[in-house]
Amino acid sequence: MYLTMQAVADHVFKALADPTRRAIFEHLARDGEQTVHALTGRAGVSQPAVSKHLGVLKHARLVRCRRNGREAHYNAQPQALAPLVDWMTHYGAFWSDRFDQLENLLKRMDP
Amino acid sequence: MTDPAATRTVVIEREMAHPPEKIWRALTQSPLMEEWLMSNDFKPVEGHRFQFRATPVPGWNGVIECEVRAVEPHARLSYSWGSMGMESLVTFTLTPTESGTHLRMEHSGFQQDQDANYKGATYGWNKFIGNLERVVRGLD
Repeated sequence: MYLTMQAVADHVFKALADPTRRAIFEHLARDGEQTVHALTGRAGVSQPAVSKHLGVLKHARLVRCRRNGREAHYNAQPQALAPLVDWMTHYGAFWSDRFDQLENLLKRMDP
Repeated sequence: MTDPAATRTVVIEREMAHPPEKIWRALTQSPLMEEWLMSNDFKPVEGHRFQFRATPVPGWNGVIECEVRAVEPHARLSYSWGSMGMESLVTFTLTPTESGTHLRMEHSGFQQDQDANYKGATYGWNKFIGNLERVVRGLD
């Protein structure tokens, strides 16, 4: 279970490892749907760069894209953050399990 | 408001009927660590960089990048724990008791990114996570 959760979390962690992407995601989460154009004005980087960041966020299912005419509108999908929010549960279970194994090992070791 | 980083800590505490010296061996000798934790190239030397290796799965190579931060024989061991662009810190504390040892493990997550790429970034994990909690709470 531990490893499966790691795999699921992987895209989300990687997508959010970049400060610009975190900022873009948070703008969308806070202010609702926005166009690439509007996001570019706030992100302080070029439009192609913003599009590339949005591509990574989309791959991690952190944002969704809706086309309206020539403009792409992006929405935050905060439920994709579940793996991140689960961090404590996840490592709590992991270490508890490893401590059981440590105790088993200690029983087998020389004094 | 409390520091978001401080609230993201996993603590495991156990009373063990073994002396601190013995537990220390299990915590710091690479072959013993492999038996209960993961395969590794750990050495009990401050500043030593090492890896834990778990079985890779699709989307995760199974590697955890670590660096030894503190080695106080039979008392305290600390190493960084880097996985998927996030750095956290694992600390073991051993306290002798009448019947053996009180062992405490603390794993603190969401430290600020240590990577040079992120230095100077004002948008740290801590702030982000604090904000996210509000977003996620609003979902329900």
